[in-house]
Amino acid sequence: MPGFWINMGPQHPMTHGLWNMKVKIDGETIIDARPELGYLHRGYEKIMEVREFQKNVVLTDRLCYVSSLTWSHAYCLATEKMMGVEVPERGQWIRVVALELQRVASHLMWLAAFAPDLGLLTGLLWSLRERELFLDLIQILSGARMNQNFPRIGGVRNDLPDNFAAMCRRSIAHFLEKLDEYEVLYHESKVFHMRTQGVGRLGAQDAINWGVTGPNLRASGVNVDLRRLDPYDKYDEVDFEPQVWKGPDPGDSYARFICRYNEMRVSCDIILQALDKMPASGPYRSKPPRRAEGEGYARTEDSRGEALFYVLGDGDDRPYRVKIRSPIFCSMAATPLMLRGNKLADVVSILGSIDVCVGEMDK
Amino acid sequence: MSAPLIPDLFAACKVLTGAIIWVVNQIVLAIAIVIPPFRGLAEWLGSDPVVTALTWLVVMTVMLLWATLVNLLTVMWLERKLYSRLQDRYGIMVSIWSLPFWPFNRKDRPTHMGLGYLQNVADGVKLLLKENLTPRDADSAMFHMAPVLIAASTLMIFVALPWSSGFYVVRLDLNLLFILAAFSLAPFGILMAGWSANNKYTLVGGMRAAAQLMAYEIPMILCVIALVFTTGSLDVFEIVAQQERPLVDLGLFAIPAWNLFGPQILGFVVFTVAMMAEMERIPFDVPEAEAELVEGWTTEYSGMRFGLVFGFKWLRMVAGSALIAILYLGGWTGPVFATFQVGGIAVPIVPEELWFILRVWLLSMVFVVVSWSVPRVRIDQILQIGWKRLVPFSLLAILVAAGAALVGWGP
Amino acid sequence: MSAGSVPSVNGRPVKGVETEVLAQVKARFGSKILESGIPRPQNVKVVIDRSELVEVCTYLKEALAFEHLSCISAVDWKDRFETVYHIMNYYNGCTIQVSARIPYDDPRIASVCSLWNAANYHEREAWDLMGITYEGHPNLERILLPQDFKFHPLRKDFAQEVDRQYISRRKLKGGK
Repeated sequence: MPGFWINMGPQHPMTHGLWNMKVKIDGETIIDARPELGYLHRGYEKIMEVREFQKNVVLTDRLCYVSSLTWSHAYCLATEKMMGVEVPERGQWIRVVALELQRVASHLMWLAAFAPDLGLLTGLLWSLRERELFLDLIQILSGARMNQNFPRIGGVRNDLPDNFAAMCRRSIAHFLEKLDEYEVLYHESKVFHMRTQGVGRLGAQDAINWGVTGPNLRASGVNVDLRRLDPYDKYDEVDFEPQVWKGPDPGDSYARFICRYNEMRVSCDIILQALDKMPASGPYRSKPPRRAEGEGYARTEDSRGEALFYVLGDGDDRPYRVKIRSPIFCSMAATPLMLRGNKLADVVSILGSIDVCVGEMDK
Repeated sequence: MSAPLIPDLFAACKVLTGAIIWVVNQIVLAIAIVIPPFRGLAEWLGSDPVVTALTWLVVMTVMLLWATLVNLLTVMWLERKLYSRLQDRYGIMVSIWSLPFWPFNRKDRPTHMGLGYLQNVADGVKLLLKENLTPRDADSAMFHMAPVLIAASTLMIFVALPWSSGFYVVRLDLNLLFILAAFSLAPFGILMAGWSANNKYTLVGGMRAAAQLMAYEIPMILCVIALVFTTGSLDVFEIVAQQERPLVDLGLFAIPAWNLFGPQILGFVVFTVAMMAEMERIPFDVPEAEAELVEGWTTEYSGMRFGLVFGFKWLRMVAGSALIAILYLGGWTGPVFATFQVGGIAVPIVPEELWFILRVWLLSMVFVVVSWSVPRVRIDQILQIGWKRLVPFSLLAILVAAGAALVGWGP
Repeated sequence: MSAGSVPSVNGRPVKGVETEVLAQVKARFGSKILESGIPRPQNVKVVIDRSELVEVCTYLKEALAFEHLSCISAVDWKDRFETVYHIMNYYNGCTIQVSARIPYDDPRIASVCSLWNAANYHEREAWDLMGITYEGHPNLERILLPQDFKFHPLRKDFAQEVDRQYISRRKLKGGK
């Protein structure tokens, strides 16, 4: 039959969020694809212009609700650069710990969404079970499991609780054992390899040109990790290895899966290092001015890629303009390249491996 | 030696029917005191053709209830519990105290700390109470006919599938052929369902199902052909009886000559894989791939129609496991460890039915564990496996079986 | 789906590169740069007029290897518009912020889609929310808002219905 357009979404178990992907199929092969965004557009940039600087952190938490600490932290960084506020050292280390905890929780949520897409429903339950460990740690640290409202302009909201380092170490030790168990389910499964290898290829030049960042870019072989290339907070004092795909077949779903999977281990390593290197006590927060004028931007390595905030102030106690750059917004532009030529059944494999979070995509 | 619990289902049901008719006749005769013509009715009811006809109805009902109420519910419960434990959770736990009528509606017992066996019953009742939607532009006749076809063809399997040497509805000479044919009717229903619902998703799902099921029936039948070299007949009773002879005598006990131990091992592997694809279980459940096609070919069904197609997937799993047990695992043969006398009838402690059910349920659980540990295979990869790997292997199995028969293997 | 060659990026920033980059840009464009500066290490800031945009961007991409376009923001300064481009060089970790000024009554500017495909969605968003037309864009239509939405909400004259608690004291007292 000639190609006809099929709607995957907006109501679809696969899409993990509210967006639509129109694919044009000919039998089982995809000829063309067109993502449709904007179902979850909440007008963030406009709202943030009428809220005070600190109160916007509540909003930025909900941009990507799965990984809320990273987004609020990016906003706070941008505002600090605009105001010229210096974060004390212990505050920076606490931020590193919180961010990496959130990154592991976000990646586990990705895994819990990716596995059932491929038919492996056991992966959902196991990943969510491990995510509970990290959500508990985040709750002990900040008081909430999601949308924590934890970063402040000038630092963080509160210091680490007593005995937090020991709790972290115990949870991480347990988690790393479980990660080895997961390898049986994913790395040693021939069916998993059949489903993810060779599908959704994105070349390195294409990825850079279309603005793809984060694990998706590293899976294509480009060694760019913003924690290393453009360090913020105390990432330049932490020793870690960005997970770049060095194998023979870059840019397919399996490469993206492996890069994100290994990042969980790297994040655990960073947490343990940060807990060791952090100063034993000290201020964790400095007071920002109430009103500010100027411009500042900050880019961070969010769980999904590069998150950039551009904040402008005109002397008022609210921002004049906030621009949010979402990594998934840019990856979504590159999805037609990844989808063309693959089979209809690969749509889930490819889109699952990109790790879509609609909240940040639609702002 | 093995012994069945019910040596002859027809005779047992005839006794039951006779009893029922006797009771009814007493009432009719009582009425006949007032209205004389009713005596003829009593005579007619007690006559042989009527009793035989009613016995057939009772036999079919007993088999239907056995297959669905006992086997289907239990296998569904076992599956749900087993895969939940694989996933590190308890699973369905609804207890008998959650029933809303006396004597179970007590307030002091927890409603969800029990076995969970009633959950499937509750799901069935829920599906009955839902609204039956029909898409507006769907082909109404085909849309309503498809679940009926699937259900009916699956139940037809149980007409010929025996559960022990006495527990069957009908004894056909070409049992196996009938069972395989009834198995293969369901793809028609699936294709009809997928096409008639006027929905792009269901169409894709139905086409995938047709392609997959057609591709995997060939290796299945080729393996059966390989089996015939050893057994020499297509009669299920014959096949099972042959597997009762001892293969190797180890003194204390003897290893029976199951078709699994021997040149049919290749056929066993191919048949099991092909059967998993026929039953549409993960890793072969692409037609009903939840993540891509919502519910695949069953998307537009709601209410009990959905319950039928969904539940009969499990019934086909039971039938498939039963088939594998009969052909390769010795069917219902197994030692009867003791018998005890009940009023002159010798009742075996471990009857044939129990051995058969054990094998069927264990096989189903093997399928369940495999299903819930691996991702789904893509449709073109499924077809590749079917045509490029299973068909050559089954042809090889035929070759091996023929060679073995030449050498003299077999009864 | 093209394989392409993988650029060899070593992933670490090169110190002191921002002064070099600024010097090169100034040497090439001289007077066309309205403002420039180095806000902090690894960051360069340049303000140009909208007519120079394509030249500057082509020079940045081809001569200075700024291959990654991070973000295109549109700002409404009530007397002018501004489009701000954040572009990054993966080889030495330098980021340049190019602000192009656009007069208020003629919100049009050339599109850089031919240089970086990443601009595609960003320019659509800027058109959608702010109303700046990007000439040369292959597909300039609404992306986040519904297709038949009539306004450009991020402009300052698209008023928000706000409660008193959301109006800053300065505006309440001074009214600006």
